[in-house]
Amino acid sequence: MKLLNYTSSWFALLLLIIIPVWAGVFYFTILDEIYDSMDDGLENQKILVIEKAYQDSSIVNKQTFGEGYYAFTPVDPEKALKFQDIYLDTLMYMKNEDEFEPVRMLKTAFHLNGHYYHLRLITSMVEEDDLISVLLYALAGLYIGLVCTILILNQLLIKRVWLPFYGLIDKLKHFKLNGPDTFVPPPTKIDEFILLNSTVRKLIQSNIDTYQSQKQFTENASHELQTPLAIGINKLELLAQEADLKPQQAAYIESAMNNLERMKRLNSSLLLMSKIENNQFGDRVAVNVNQTVYQLLEDLTDMVEYRQITIQTHDHMELIWELNKGLADILLSNLLKNAIFHNKPGGQITIQFSNGVLKISNNGEPRELDRNQIFERFYKGSESTSRSGLGLAIARVIAQNCRLILDYEYDAVSYTHSFTLTQ
Amino acid sequence: MKVLIVEDEPEMLEVIAQALEQEDLLVEKATDYFSALHKIVSYEYDCIILDISLPGGSGLALLKELKNMQKTEGVLIVSAKDSVDDKVIGLQAGADDYLSKPFHQAELIARTKAILRRKNSFSLTLLNVSDLSVDTESRQVQANGSELQLNRKEYEILLYLCVNSGRLVSRTALAEKVWGDNVDIADNFDFIYSQIKNLRKKLKESGSTVKIEAVYGIGYKLTANEAT
Repeated sequence: MKLLNYTSSWFALLLLIIIPVWAGVFYFTILDEIYDSMDDGLENQKILVIEKAYQDSSIVNKQTFGEGYYAFTPVDPEKALKFQDIYLDTLMYMKNEDEFEPVRMLKTAFHLNGHYYHLRLITSMVEEDDLISVLLYALAGLYIGLVCTILILNQLLIKRVWLPFYGLIDKLKHFKLNGPDTFVPPPTKIDEFILLNSTVRKLIQSNIDTYQSQKQFTENASHELQTPLAIGINKLELLAQEADLKPQQAAYIESAMNNLERMKRLNSSLLLMSKIENNQFGDRVAVNVNQTVYQLLEDLTDMVEYRQITIQTHDHMELIWELNKGLADILLSNLLKNAIFHNKPGGQITIQFSNGVLKISNNGEPRELDRNQIFERFYKGSESTSRSGLGLAIARVIAQNCRLILDYEYDAVSYTHSFTLTQ
Repeated sequence: MKVLIVEDEPEMLEVIAQALEQEDLLVEKATDYFSALHKIVSYEYDCIILDISLPGGSGLALLKELKNMQKTEGVLIVSAKDSVDDKVIGLQAGADDYLSKPFHQAELIARTKAILRRKNSFSLTLLNVSDLSVDTESRQVQANGSELQLNRKEYEILLYLCVNSGRLVSRTALAEKVWGDNVDIADNFDFIYSQIKNLRKKLKESGSTVKIEAVYGIGYKLTANEAT
């Protein structure tokens, strides 16, 4: 749930509780005020009616309300003397509404020309059910209005307030330790976000430093190994030149040489990878992938013929990609060599150039490879251990560096392994 | 012919010197910038084998000095740095070739000899071993007076063996020559073997005295019968 929706729904819920309570208080306060004002009005009318009665005593004969708002009733002096003014709610038939409606009534008693009278004054009153329903509608309207306002405010204000936060998240999402970009959090004036930014920046910086020193170490180590390796291999070559070696001695030398050679290849592959990851291959040019593949195939012709592999190419499209030329050569030749060496003798390689995709397929073992592992360093299927297991890892590192997608597919029907490069 | 080796690692220096001496080259050694500079100023060489990182200064600076003095020595840079940029910088500074460590002796010899051939106009393109002659320009091979029909890889392998004639060329060195760097070699040994087999057959058919000997399981050596 988004923070925005979370706060909004809490606001809506709390308002749902607060507004009825507030409405109740409001209702009774208003009602009280209305009664108060009506009673004041009745009191005033009482004085006016009594004054009128002193001037024109005939009106005291008006014993029903009829069209008027007052009525007199003669009463015993004792009762009248004991009588105190009372206000009360009662019902009265209203012609216009054709029903009994509540009215406010003041009952009082007074003395005129030696007689005592009860005087009843009425005034029409707020209909409570109407008031309640009007109030209810008003409140419902108010509630909806409030929630809408809050939503809009949230959208406008909170979204704005959280802008640096979402900016930071977005930057983090796209940040890569081995990427070329430095991490710059979006600017903000809010203390909490400044704190968050500086904390994240520190964390990332320490990660970058660690990563850099690790990479540096790999590169330095690989570098420093070159000379001792060269000495070792050369000394063994000198030793092998000796004329009278026993077969056993020669076998030892051969084995030592092979292992040093393997180490040399591993070392140079690791060095290459760390160089690629260090972005030491800068300048990109438009590389014609089709042409490059054909050139590489020409270099590999003898091996292809030796293994009796047939190659089919389908040029649906001329692929021109922005790549570093050297890396493109390594990437494509690794994929081609992979297709040759993991092929079965007399097998087939199909190369397709289609819209934005280069697909290299080869026959091979009738078994799907683990796509999560084949691009890992030092992954070896059931192959002999003499391979470095770095060819595809290098291919992937280059693909990442060149912003290409390298993927693997397997067709279980024809036992075809395919590698695709997508721009 | 005289070759100067400038290399600060004594053991490395030693193996390079030994390899070159086996080719009957006169070898001088320098282990730091100043002794190398001194030797370059004082003597003439046919070829200088130069390491880039040296105590006292860089091999590239040495190369500059050499060019400033308008000396014409061929220079082969031998360096642990193997990026394209390093190579370009080295070659732009006036080196004739660039060999990255680790290398095979066969490769070192081949490159050194190529430089020597270029620097000394004699036998510029023609390479002779007994009755075998390889023309590196027209890529034609004559054995015992008749021309050998070779495919591209066979030619490259034979040329490599000729340059290193009498020297052991390890299978990996051959495979690397044929396949370039950074290859998983294991499968290629069979391929190399089949190419060698074809070469042997063709040499034999021509009646040449030159033979390709297998040296233990390690590699091959080109020998001429009359020499042994």
